[in-house]
Amino acid sequence: MVKRIVTGAHYGLLDWLAQRVTAVVMVIYILLLVVVLLIFPPNDYAAWKTIFGNQWTRITSFLFFVSLCWHAWIGIRNILMDYIHETGIRLTIQVLVILSLLFYTVWAIDIMWG
Amino acid sequence: MHRKRPKHLNLMEIKLPLPAVISILHRVSGVLLFFPGIPILLYSLQMVLDSPQSHDEFQILLTSLLVKSALILFLWFFMHHFCAGIRYLVLDLNYGIELEQARMSSKLVFVVGIVLTLWVGTAIW
Repeated sequence: MVKRIVTGAHYGLLDWLAQRVTAVVMVIYILLLVVVLLIFPPNDYAAWKTIFGNQWTRITSFLFFVSLCWHAWIGIRNILMDYIHETGIRLTIQVLVILSLLFYTVWAIDIMWG
Repeated sequence: MHRKRPKHLNLMEIKLPLPAVISILHRVSGVLLFFPGIPILLYSLQMVLDSPQSHDEFQILLTSLLVKSALILFLWFFMHHFCAGIRYLVLDLNYGIELEQARMSSKLVFVVGIVLTLWVGTAIW
């Protein structure tokens, strides 16, 4: 009998699912945004302001952005785990990726509501 | 069972099948969309929404050939990642998992990604 040793932090399935759920959220948002941009093509500053001044645009855009960051984190982490085997270097890069995503999130809030 | 299997690791001679090309492009485009893609997206949105002046500056920026080309390139990264991602979602639902179908859908992803890029790209240009 093969003795199977289960290792790891057991977040694999959650992350696998999260990557797909965030992908679906982003696809829906992008398709809705395309429809809005086709119906109201913004060709000046005021038109852009009107679209992104709408509270629903802001909320859904922020939801999209959170999904984007989560999705990016899972993808980048998987790639780092595949190619960078030196634990110290990998952890350093992972921390930088997390910090950059947090910074981008604050930036996105500032753009939407600042 | 330990069978000697042929090793063929010369990167210049390995020929990846199209589904594998789609897959590695999905990875590469994903990394590039994370960086510099996300900061470019946020910077553009900020320029467009900040003030009428910054909006006009952004419009002028878009007339540059270099900026346009870079934008089209990132548009392709996005379109490819988008289409390949939808293919993976469909595969996860167990549709199109036969070899022939998988080859067919990877061709479709490649072509649709480029067609969408050219379509939206010409609209921007």
